[in-house]
Amino acid sequence: MKENLLGSTLSRLGEVAADAGLPEYAGRQLADWIYRKGVTRFDEMSNLPRAARGVLAERYCVELSPPVKVTESSDGTRKYLFAAGSGRYVEAAWIPEERRGTLCLSVQVGCKMGCLFCMTGRQGFQAHLTAGEILNQYLSLPERDRVTNIVYMGMGEPLDNLSNVLASLEILCFDYGFGLSPTRITVSTIGLVPAMRTFLDSTRCHLAVSLHTPFEEERRRLMPIENVHPLSEVLAELRARMVRGQRRVSFEYIVFDGLNDTPRHARELARILDGIRCRVNLISFHAIPGTPLVPAPREKMEQFQELLRERGILTTIRQSRGQDIEAACGLLSTRELVRAREDEDR
Amino acid sequence: MASNRGIRVIPVRGSTERTGHRLDPSRLEPVRVTSNVEIAPGIYRLSFPRAWDFVPGQSIALTLDPRVPARFYSIASGTGDPLVDVLYDLVPEGLLTPRLAALGPGAELLCSRPFGAFRDANGPSCWVATGTGIAPFISMARSGGTEGKQLIHGSRSIAGLLDRDFFSSLLDGRYVPCCTREKAEGVFDGRPTAWLSAKPLPAAERFLLCGNSGMVVDARDILIGRGVKFADVIAEIYF
Repeated sequence: MKENLLGSTLSRLGEVAADAGLPEYAGRQLADWIYRKGVTRFDEMSNLPRAARGVLAERYCVELSPPVKVTESSDGTRKYLFAAGSGRYVEAAWIPEERRGTLCLSVQVGCKMGCLFCMTGRQGFQAHLTAGEILNQYLSLPERDRVTNIVYMGMGEPLDNLSNVLASLEILCFDYGFGLSPTRITVSTIGLVPAMRTFLDSTRCHLAVSLHTPFEEERRRLMPIENVHPLSEVLAELRARMVRGQRRVSFEYIVFDGLNDTPRHARELARILDGIRCRVNLISFHAIPGTPLVPAPREKMEQFQELLRERGILTTIRQSRGQDIEAACGLLSTRELVRAREDEDR
Repeated sequence: MASNRGIRVIPVRGSTERTGHRLDPSRLEPVRVTSNVEIAPGIYRLSFPRAWDFVPGQSIALTLDPRVPARFYSIASGTGDPLVDVLYDLVPEGLLTPRLAALGPGAELLCSRPFGAFRDANGPSCWVATGTGIAPFISMARSGGTEGKQLIHGSRSIAGLLDRDFFSSLLDGRYVPCCTREKAEGVFDGRPTAWLSAKPLPAAERFLLCGNSGMVVDARDILIGRGVKFADVIAEIYF
């Protein structure tokens, strides 16, 4: 089977060039063709020697995989389904707004983290996406030319697939790749501390931490990761590596009715975030089947926002998008997975 | 906790040294393997001398080389045992476990101090485990915390029901082995989630789940669907 060069970093492309009998610097020429010019056929890479092009075509390929399904919301949000192996699917969401267009990427098929509020976790973990499969969601997006921001907030925990996420970020941000500004890219995490350190050291992209409650015992019930990397450790790490420059840290906070929306939560949240330059994003919960959690009404989210603002915390309410197209992350692909398994059973 | 003085501490690449006594899975100390035995097909029990105290349910990070990211393993020995045990599945394509499986007595590996907060409390609890997810419950049981505990223990094979005899004798009728691919007397034919769906639930104040994420998520959904408050379900995940 030929190796797909989509998702290869400059370092790997240098090795590929050497494998084809070219000087290592020809890796940059390959990157230019693949990422900057969008050429997928080696015989069109006209500044490479003909013989080398033949060797490359024998051993390698550059293949994109278009989405297999799209659903569109009345608000313009589109959810694309990409195949990721037999009976496996990942989702990418295109979220257009007046002055920007955001692409939400997936990094794993399923997820290992088991958060109570997450649909993706109900698939269990099936596979890491390669850097190429992550980038394919961007490159194969019909609206690619309108993408201004990319968020790694789709299926899977990005920092649990660190090497592929870092490779994809390098290709997106470095000049040999797409040259996007890292300040246009946000990577989310539930707080895998060692990987978070590596991420903060090796990129300048924004970081979004899933927080959801300031109380550790309560967070253990919502997010099993609290048993391994408690929130206090995550916050200590962020304080120790005080985020500088244009990098932004945000905390994602899904508001559940009667659970984490009380004044007590607001007070504690303000206390634990004291001294961290950050923003809190309040998110409306997209209810998923069988969950005991209930979305907080808009008025309660606004009250909670006000309580945080009074305590000096920059707080926004994220507009809820795609409500009519199974907006909960993982819902669409879970339905496809169930269908695929039912087909296998027939 | 044992003193750090005189012990070589190797930070994982990309991490920074921190002061104080926080438990930090990235601070690694050399330990020497006492034994490393395949106890079921593809499943190993690795032991080394215990140099610190821990709480049953806690984990450690292990690696052989600071350049290879450490992996986390639940401790599978009691708080009074002289050796620390961990259980691991051999993942042939993995970066670490093929090298771990090749270690013999006297080999050196790098180990963190214990960390983590997956713990039980006094009173009736139901433990649910699959595969090497049995490790924290071995630790809890070996540390003396079995009064009022029930264990639902799943594996694909009978041999994979690790420490089955130990739990059978210790918990007697409160031990429920479950197996999906082999049948045996006294073993429930199916997954732990099937048992939880079909049988009357134990009168437990809390449910502790440990195993692969699919089992954990499914078991939690079943328990909540059967009326258990989500606040009474505590899960440990593998990643």
